[in-house]
Amino acid sequence: MENEKLLEVKNLQKHFKVGRNKVVKAVDGVTFDIYKGETFGLVGESGSGKSTTGRTIIRLYDASGGEVKFNNEDVHGKKSKDELLKFNRNMQMIFQDPSSSLNPRMTVMDIIAEGLDVHKLVKDEKERKERVEELLEVVGLNREHASRFPHEFSGGQRQRIGIARALAVDPEFIIADEPISALDVSIQAQVVNLLKKLQKERGLTYLFIAHDLSMVKYISDRIGVMYLGNMVELADSDELYKNPLHPYTKSLLTAIPLPDPEYERARKRVSYDASLLDTSEEPEFREVSPRHWVRCTTKEFEQYKKQVKNK
Amino acid sequence: MSKLLEVKDLAISFNTYNGEVQAVRGVSFDLNKGETLAIVGESGSGKSVTTSALMGLLPKPQSIIKSGQILFEGKDLVGKSNKEMQKIRGKEISMVFQDPMSALNPTMKVGNQIMEGLIKHQNMNRNDAKKKAIELLDLVGIPNPETRMTQFPHQFSGGMRQRVVVAIALACNPKVLIADEPTTALDVTIQAQILELMKDIQKETESAIVFITHDLGVVANVADRVAVMYAGKIVEVGTVDDIFYNPKHPYTWGLLGSMPTPDSDEDELFAIPGSPPNMLNPPKGDAFAPRNKFALEIDGVMEPPMFKVSDTHYAATWLLHEDAPKIEPPASVKKRMQGIAKTGGNE
Repeated sequence: MENEKLLEVKNLQKHFKVGRNKVVKAVDGVTFDIYKGETFGLVGESGSGKSTTGRTIIRLYDASGGEVKFNNEDVHGKKSKDELLKFNRNMQMIFQDPSSSLNPRMTVMDIIAEGLDVHKLVKDEKERKERVEELLEVVGLNREHASRFPHEFSGGQRQRIGIARALAVDPEFIIADEPISALDVSIQAQVVNLLKKLQKERGLTYLFIAHDLSMVKYISDRIGVMYLGNMVELADSDELYKNPLHPYTKSLLTAIPLPDPEYERARKRVSYDASLLDTSEEPEFREVSPRHWVRCTTKEFEQYKKQVKNK
Repeated sequence: MSKLLEVKDLAISFNTYNGEVQAVRGVSFDLNKGETLAIVGESGSGKSVTTSALMGLLPKPQSIIKSGQILFEGKDLVGKSNKEMQKIRGKEISMVFQDPMSALNPTMKVGNQIMEGLIKHQNMNRNDAKKKAIELLDLVGIPNPETRMTQFPHQFSGGMRQRVVVAIALACNPKVLIADEPTTALDVTIQAQILELMKDIQKETESAIVFITHDLGVVANVADRVAVMYAGKIVEVGTVDDIFYNPKHPYTWGLLGSMPTPDSDEDELFAIPGSPPNMLNPPKGDAFAPRNKFALEIDGVMEPPMFKVSDTHYAATWLLHEDAPKIEPPASVKKRMQGIAKTGGNE
């Protein structure tokens, strides 16, 4: 399953102009691949550029540099309407805040069917209605919900509507930008279970952006850790949890409180001190052990390699 | 340990256009000196309304305290006038709010906001208050407190702002500190710092903390005792070990089961189906029964009383009745009950 690359991100950059001469480098050279059928988790603090990365991949922002290839086709750059349509159909997004990402003046039917209309996937009104009702059931809502408005639903139900909308056009790839952060704990589990089930049934590929590390670990096959616009570490999720190498990843992992009092009493937090890093040269993204990448300098690279061997 | 705060059978309703919303339906708990009580529950379970009542901050006139007492050092806070509450609020009981951006006044220098309480409650003059404010900023770990005093909230980062809010809350050495989701808006690394800060300060000042959150990880980190709220009631209360290693209420099971642990490999999380009840007309009997797959017939008829599990541990579920069938918590929850440390999570 992990041989075919679905998405290739190469040295992606997104810079925002702030004021006259200032530039914020929100994403500053990020490189990773996402394979077909996997869930790729992207974690980091606010301001690390994880959401910007997601939004740039799906063309909500134009990239300042680098390239994104989806199914071996360049995502950015000039495109004809037809090309855009095809691309938009294959890549969809689920947003963080289900109340602001649904148009309050549209019925659930119209919200979900918007993609169907744009891509002309249904012939007539009857088929449209059928498709929407089918989708509602897939995400665990009732057929009768189609005629209602978003404000009539709870947060968890709204997020389900967002998922149904993303699924409507039968995409291959879904970017989920903090899809559960705004939900209650018990509802989070429902939505995560739903996302997992859909992935199994439809062979979806996810880019899952979140800051809740334990949930990301649970849902992802591989995880990338972002810090200040760069990806500092990338590995299989088990490997990342067991052998974090980059000091920032370590600090992030030791900062998560876990639901276990005894563990919590013993937990020692490692704080991140950027001044301890080797600054003799510009760090690069290197593969320390198979499938485990860390952003480091040559010196640190040797050091990490030793560390991995001793484990 | 002396009881600092005692809440007895508190019930609070809101009048809305649609009718009466029973936000809190008979909540009782107590708080000892120097301890941390965590109140957990979903949004709408009434945890924030309970603490607003403790602070005397319920919106009037649409809210009514229908019954109950809030005894602070033996004196009832219910029915106190706003003027009387102002003497207590900020001085004896103070609060750390969830969103530091909206809790601070954007047009006022940070220093003045901290000094406000000192001047009002401690009758300090401006110079003394200023000194104390600088001390406080230093205490909560803000570098260069003198210059920071003259800055505005927007010049602070989220974590730093929350430190300022903590400093304001601590200014008058309150006996009770209420923290309403103080770290929900913050990043994990910043959250860890703020939690450590609050624990350190508690050690020094011996204040009691009521900590409201829905994050069980945070609860395990800070709490001595835990109260689990559902639909306006406390359904289970106990020490932090009781709740995490020997939970009795199916709702607590659901909360624990819905959080993945670092080494969990189950295909599905143990999610609680459905959504919380509408408190306009709370369900008959056990409010959790419609979402509870272990519900008994009696749950639909009669509300369960608090059953005693041990001296510190109580739970309101019919499953604890002697005639009830013995039901074991689901496997995934049991695994969590054994603790992550023992099942070998990340070191």
